[in-house]
Amino acid sequence: MTRPAAIAVQPDWLEILQAPFMRNAFLGGSLVALAAGLLGFFVVTRQNAFAAHALAHIGFPGATGALLLGLPVTLGLAVFCVGGGLLIGLSGARVADREITTGTVLAAATGLGVLFASLAGATAGATTSVLFGNLLAISSGQLRLFAVFTALVVLVLAWIARPLAFASVDPAVAEARGVPVRALGVGFVVLLALTITMAVQVVGTLLLFALVVTPAATALRLTARPGRVAAIAVTLALASVWLGLVLSAVLPLPPSAFVVGIAVLAWAVVLLVTGRGRRRRWRATPFVDAHHVPRATAT
Amino acid sequence: MTAPAADSLTTGAAAGRPPALVLDGVAVARAGHTVWSQGDLTVPSGSVVGVIGPNGAGKTTLFQVVLGLLPVAAGRVEVLGAPPRRGDRRIGYVPQNYTAALGDAVRCRDLVGLALTGARFGLRRMTREQHARVDAALRRVGAAELGDRRMSELSGGQQQRVAIAQAIVDDAELLLLDEPLANLDLRNQHEVVALLGELRRERDVTIMVVAHDLNPLLPVLTDALYLLDGHPHHDPIGEVVQEDLLTHLYGTPVRVVRTAQGDLFTRGALPARGTPSPTADRPERAS
Repeated sequence: MTRPAAIAVQPDWLEILQAPFMRNAFLGGSLVALAAGLLGFFVVTRQNAFAAHALAHIGFPGATGALLLGLPVTLGLAVFCVGGGLLIGLSGARVADREITTGTVLAAATGLGVLFASLAGATAGATTSVLFGNLLAISSGQLRLFAVFTALVVLVLAWIARPLAFASVDPAVAEARGVPVRALGVGFVVLLALTITMAVQVVGTLLLFALVVTPAATALRLTARPGRVAAIAVTLALASVWLGLVLSAVLPLPPSAFVVGIAVLAWAVVLLVTGRGRRRRWRATPFVDAHHVPRATAT
Repeated sequence: MTAPAADSLTTGAAAGRPPALVLDGVAVARAGHTVWSQGDLTVPSGSVVGVIGPNGAGKTTLFQVVLGLLPVAAGRVEVLGAPPRRGDRRIGYVPQNYTAALGDAVRCRDLVGLALTGARFGLRRMTREQHARVDAALRRVGAAELGDRRMSELSGGQQQRVAIAQAIVDDAELLLLDEPLANLDLRNQHEVVALLGELRRERDVTIMVVAHDLNPLLPVLTDALYLLDGHPHHDPIGEVVQEDLLTHLYGTPVRVVRTAQGDLFTRGALPARGTPSPTADRPERAS
């Protein structure tokens, strides 16, 4: 195999995999994959993909603001993601309303983020790691926080899974049957915000879809049995993170690219295999990230 | 005029059960704007009621009141002998445009099962008995073989059957169906109407059906609840299928045609203007 010299195989990749930062990366990545894989089903069925994406952006000023104030980045991310999530969750039940609010909040947040980054004199490197994630720089402190967040997401989700599924796939009947549809929506968006706080640090603001939406969308192409969807989505998310980390040890490239690449590859393969014979009714990713394309982001 | 066949059946009122719906001086408002008022009527238990009225008259709003989702602005409401209460398990509900809103992400079996268990928090598997009830409901509507399919894979008629299965799985005493015949072809309309008639006979359930076109429902309807000039009215169906009343109700000339199968109403000879009722396009119909 020929390859440009800059990305030649690292002969010591087995040793790299055993380094402490790799241990943290595996643990942190696995925690995120678990939470993201479980939430993905609801993000897809609730047509919340845009909100998920927006939350990641809303975290951006939180992260750069934390840099400005000298606070932990995770804290800044969490405050902004959860705050933004509450704002979106309370802003109205109709998807159309939600998208307008979400889009506006997203723009405001990104503007603030750029402002904070500039005020903080943040280096290109710090900004890049917010935008694209840096799994290899996860500290033990972050890891403990990830463990708490993931435990919270899994426990709360187990508690609300059934009514949340009802409210997600069938809101009108769920409401008539006494399900607290609005409250569940707000609760869900808070769980989503916590997961995104973590995921942003793994794959970054711009690549978040690959962990939160793609594995569940892939699973839903294969089956509609709720248990199996969850199992397949978590497996895919974990496999993407693990394989991505191994590849990033073998080749000196950032793990985010590999994690996203593997998740998208699995989705594309499943799409090809199951492509015929099923009409797609749910609109998972209608907006194709148009607002990023023209702008060259800090790289 | 001859009453439809369903009229001859004994209704629950005879058995001493409380009426399905009582409105006593009820007014309903949305965002401070009165939708309808002076609601004074009693729908006997066991009747099959066509809920009719022009667009925006408040038919869906009436259902929301019955479901306990919308408090009334004035008056007293009784549903199955008690004030309306959200989450009343005795009511089965099929919303408007229901099947179109349901996605790719759920099997029919799970959708029906959610009506039994979906309001409960905590991790609990469905019991064997609950699975059996889901199967029985699907079988009852003729959708036994559709349980493992996704809603998005079904035809409109099949989707409507599954929706009805979901509404009856918990042994509802009152079924609220909002435009269940919209987007169905004639054969499927006929089959859904026949199914409603059977459910009414077997279970002595009260059925309220919102419909733009009453014709396909006439074989099973016993009563009509019509929203006219901002007020709800309730009458036996025979008194509603009258040319002057229907003409007033739809705001367009309507003629009533008597056939051996029962009554039909059609649009009159005047040219169509504005937005007509669905009957406008189909002046003749073989029953």
